[in-house]
Amino acid sequence: MDTTGRGRPRFSWLTDRWLAGLFVSPTLIILLFIAIYPLIWSLSASFTDRTLLSRPDQINSVGFENYVDLLNDNRAWQRFVVTAQIVVPSVLIELLLGFAVAMLLNRKFGGRGVIMTVILIPMMLSPVVVALFWRFMMQGDGILNYYIQALGGQPVLWLSSPSVIPWSVVLVDVWMWTPFMMLIALAGLSAVPKYLYEAAEVDRAGAWFRFRHITLPIVTPLLMIGIIFRTMDAYKMIDTIFVLVGDRGGAGRAAQTAGLYVYDTAIKGFDTGVGSAYGYIMLVVIIALANLLIRQLNKVKG
Amino acid sequence: MRIAKQAGFYVLLGLVLIFFTFPLYWIVASSFKERADVISSVPKLVPFVDFTPTTNNYRDIFFRAETTTGEGSTVSASADVSGFRDRLVNSVIITGASTLLAVFFGTLTAYAVSRFTIPLESDLMFFVLSTRMLPPIVVLIPVFVLFNDLGLRDSYFGLILLYTSFNLPFVVWIMKGFFDEIPREYEEAAMMDGYSRFQAIYKIVIPEAIPAMAATAVFSIIVSWNEFVLANFLNRDAASTVPPYLNSIIGVGAVEWGRLAAASVVFVLPVVVFTFLVRNHLLRGVTFGAVRR
Repeated sequence: MDTTGRGRPRFSWLTDRWLAGLFVSPTLIILLFIAIYPLIWSLSASFTDRTLLSRPDQINSVGFENYVDLLNDNRAWQRFVVTAQIVVPSVLIELLLGFAVAMLLNRKFGGRGVIMTVILIPMMLSPVVVALFWRFMMQGDGILNYYIQALGGQPVLWLSSPSVIPWSVVLVDVWMWTPFMMLIALAGLSAVPKYLYEAAEVDRAGAWFRFRHITLPIVTPLLMIGIIFRTMDAYKMIDTIFVLVGDRGGAGRAAQTAGLYVYDTAIKGFDTGVGSAYGYIMLVVIIALANLLIRQLNKVKG
Repeated sequence: MRIAKQAGFYVLLGLVLIFFTFPLYWIVASSFKERADVISSVPKLVPFVDFTPTTNNYRDIFFRAETTTGEGSTVSASADVSGFRDRLVNSVIITGASTLLAVFFGTLTAYAVSRFTIPLESDLMFFVLSTRMLPPIVVLIPVFVLFNDLGLRDSYFGLILLYTSFNLPFVVWIMKGFFDEIPREYEEAAMMDGYSRFQAIYKIVIPEAIPAMAATAVFSIIVSWNEFVLANFLNRDAASTVPPYLNSIIGVGAVEWGRLAAASVVFVLPVVVFTFLVRNHLLRGVTFGAVRR
């Protein structure tokens, strides 16, 4: 190609300014269309009585009525309690278990690479497949109950008892996402300089002292990042529950989280106005939560 | 003492492995079982010992199932798995197209943000990221109505557009981190030699970026491939993908777990292969580049 000959190189009319605009605008347009447009649409819908199939002339403004109704509705608040009941134990167990597994794997042994990759598979799978198969294993006469009974226990009503259902969801989430926490914790552990441990050895520091004063301070910021990711994802997760116990969160709506409540109201109940208002309440909560967590992260980063 | 410690380590490692791999093993094992072995109340664990493996489930999901299963038993809705092949093709098309678009546009944007002065650059990057924080259910309602009006429900184009927008933030963030690590001198030297900026990009920078783009594409593929919530409500018929399909065949009648397992294995296999391919980039990938090694 003749680029060295006389004359200006090809495409030289594409100045950096033009290129910048050209490169950024498609992304911006797509994201505005998919993120900003729906947000504005939902906000305006949340002040109306529109249903999923309303014609434009059937939509009336109702002011703040949807919001006032929701804030006075115990069931709406209850959905946030259910969400917390699932998110908090899931993230905590994933954190502790993931960290423990990372401590276990943070050494040299045969087949480490393969074992690591195999453990990481669950988080890459489709939540639908994961939930379907846990549903299969959690059936009344499924394999889990078979072994519980074989060990002398009582069968557990994993998918039908309202008091157990949230914990079944937690179990599936823990299975799927502990590898994520493990991966992050392992990155933290491998970042701890060896000489610190050697120095501690010389000073005859105990195992707990080493853990508390060397390992933990270095790993904590990374674990915080893990907690943020998992909390945000668990908060908005609906697919696992949807497939595991059904779109209403199972018996007694035991696992009907805020996200599933939006679905139930806006899509199944056709009540788009109320559903949009509830979606906005969800958004405000997640933004507040994200800010809180990020502030914590900056604190531990020092 | 040493030996006890060693033994303790291997016992713990074994427990961890059993917890994380048993459900996977159980899917694969079930996919090779006859119906009676799948639903047996005593778990049939070991092939050739507890049960005789069969590939019938795989045959059934790819080539229309025979209409009788055993002694004149009626075929339940979940036994009709004839749609699997079509759904698989839909998943490949939608995943492939959305990944290509996301990686293409996302890489361009990442390059621009990394190299050019762009007004409000950090706001732009934050905006890009914040779109990923939206709960999909909140996006779903307006998109449902919009797609209904535009006739995009149950179309390839609608889902491709949505998945592209899902993956764009990810591609932009990861690729920006990558371009930041490539020295500017690369292009600048080429431009001294008489290349225009545009030529420098596609002759010098892009070839350099191909491995990173490939790894990014793999993550993008996995997200689109696995997505359920939007696919389930927007594409119900001709353009439906595999995840909603797997969920729907469980809904009615007696569940054909064996076939469901076979379909799941076929569906999951590419993801497992890809996970092995990107295993060294997983950390960076799953944290949007927030954590690097």
